[in-house]
Amino acid sequence: MTTSSPTLEAVAVRPPEALWRKTVRTFFRQRSAVIGLSIVVLLALVAIFAPLIAPYDPTRVLIGVEDVKRRDPPCIHILGCDSEKPQHILGIDGNVRDVFSRLIYGTRISFTIGFITVAIALIVGSILGSIAGYIGGWTDNIIMRLLDVLLAFPSLILSIAIVSVLGPSLINAMLAIAIVSIPAYARVIRATVLSAKQEEYVHAARTLGLDSGRILFRHILPNAITPLIVQATLGIGAAILETAALSFLGLGAQPPTAEWGSMLSAERNQLFTAPHLVFFPGLAIMLNVLGFNLLGDGLRDALDPRLRNY
Amino acid sequence: MFRYIIQRIIVSIPVLLGVLALTFALVRMIPGEPCTAMLGEKATPELCERFTREKGLDKPIPVQFGVYLGDVVKGNLGDSLRYKRPVTTLIIERLPATFELGITAIVLASIVGIAAGIISAVRRNSIIDVGTMMVANVGVSMPVFWLGLILAYVFALVLKGTPFQLPPSGRLSAGVVSVPFYEVFGWGLPENGFLNGLFSFFANFYIVNAFFTGQWKVVADGIQHLILPAVALATIPTAIIARMVRSSTIEVLSLDYVRTARAKGLPERTVVLLHAFRNALLPVVTIIGLQLGSVFSGAVLTETVFNLAGVGRILYDAITARDYPIIQGFTLVIAFGYVLANLLVDLSYAYLDPRIRLN
Repeated sequence: MTTSSPTLEAVAVRPPEALWRKTVRTFFRQRSAVIGLSIVVLLALVAIFAPLIAPYDPTRVLIGVEDVKRRDPPCIHILGCDSEKPQHILGIDGNVRDVFSRLIYGTRISFTIGFITVAIALIVGSILGSIAGYIGGWTDNIIMRLLDVLLAFPSLILSIAIVSVLGPSLINAMLAIAIVSIPAYARVIRATVLSAKQEEYVHAARTLGLDSGRILFRHILPNAITPLIVQATLGIGAAILETAALSFLGLGAQPPTAEWGSMLSAERNQLFTAPHLVFFPGLAIMLNVLGFNLLGDGLRDALDPRLRNY
Repeated sequence: MFRYIIQRIIVSIPVLLGVLALTFALVRMIPGEPCTAMLGEKATPELCERFTREKGLDKPIPVQFGVYLGDVVKGNLGDSLRYKRPVTTLIIERLPATFELGITAIVLASIVGIAAGIISAVRRNSIIDVGTMMVANVGVSMPVFWLGLILAYVFALVLKGTPFQLPPSGRLSAGVVSVPFYEVFGWGLPENGFLNGLFSFFANFYIVNAFFTGQWKVVADGIQHLILPAVALATIPTAIIARMVRSSTIEVLSLDYVRTARAKGLPERTVVLLHAFRNALLPVVTIIGLQLGSVFSGAVLTETVFNLAGVGRILYDAITARDYPIIQGFTLVIAFGYVLANLLVDLSYAYLDPRIRLN
């Protein structure tokens, strides 16, 4: 044997890198992931500090307060707008409110929508998925077939049907989108549970006499955290997009709520006369969704090397 | 293959039953009395009593469901509250517009998406690749309705007067009519209910109808009206298909048989297009099938933005008017169509990849 080979001694032995450090490193090496994270962090800061950033109250009607008219285009002083006029960098909307302030506050609503919707879907989906995977047999069959029915509808169509039955409101829209996205989470959890159930450490835990709940929560479900984080991040983007679509159709947020989709919807007939009222809310939606999508993709590549496609 | 087809069809039956149960349940989940919800302000106690009896709402739920199933099988989806006409007729009238839009969008998305994906995969990490994937990321995050409005603004207002000007709403310009083929050929509309429906259905594909009857002006006008909505609707599917094609091509290009083909000295073009492409396309078939759902969803938004008299637009109108029979009927038909489309995708997948049907 060549245990005394000089080349072997020359090899510098690096201590094994901690898993999370490797993940973080992989994550930050991807340009798109960093862009996504930056967008999300930036918008989160905007949401948190909205009252400090927004120059006006988002629902305040400025008639008689300032010299502005309905749907005034943006007026920015440093870009040559008459300094006599009050500054409204994104213009005035159809109800004489400051569009910029409404957009800023809309970030709060957008984040709330994304997180709450995903949280509901995640919790319900996880419960159903773990029951189906852990108990198996008929229970599994029934739960998964019921979820298949939800998947048989295009998601927006089913949300439309649900909200039109429950009555249009932001809460109902969020609920509908949460219901529609339950199967995705349930499937992730079920798959994890099914494969972990066969592992020897689970057999060992069962032999030791641990009760099912403990095995499920302490030994099996932690395996699902990685895919769930990815699914949830991408789910936030999708939820924001779909809620905006429902609001656009008049099924989501109702006026005077400063929600981006309904802001856009309210002014869509003014497209040719006041395009700024349509352009900026849509841009905000896109930016927010893009942030979560890039972040989700980046997390997936960093957390699950098998899925990496480059 | 035959066994596989039968198996897949049997598996979809419970899903379809579930879809029926869900659409049935939806309308019964409307808060309050169904009568006041449906009839609105006109609802008097007498009217309500008649309504409840006529609709069979006083019978037990399983009986009601049985009646509903029977009606659906017979093609009876109830009457629209607003238009006072059978929902089935409305669907026959409106589906062609949505098909025209949806099929154009899917074809557009497949062509552009596959081309962009392959180029990105072959020129991996080049500027073209990075640029394409950036555009794809933005495309996936784009609200369809917003993109539609922006396109309408640019092509109808900014480019007004240039050759690129495009109409922002409707299926045809005012005054332009696509004369139904049965009138052009002097057949008249048949008396038979089924043939009648079939004839109007095909005649409502304005562009196709005009094409086969030689109404070239109508064809050109129809296509002009279709471009903006189709592009808006195709954006998300294009982006998703491009990403999928890219990653699956990259994977296939790293396989042994591709290396062998290269080692034999085949030109790169042959290797990519003849050897790699066929296998790379397999997962793409599934993705295109799944995109049908997003096209149905997107159609509601696109048709609303561009004022197209399709299924999506009538669904939007029904939402505002609380026209539940339409919402119920259209949801059901769209879900059936979606299940059927996915079934076809699965079958074509099995046809393309013997490993699936043999397992």
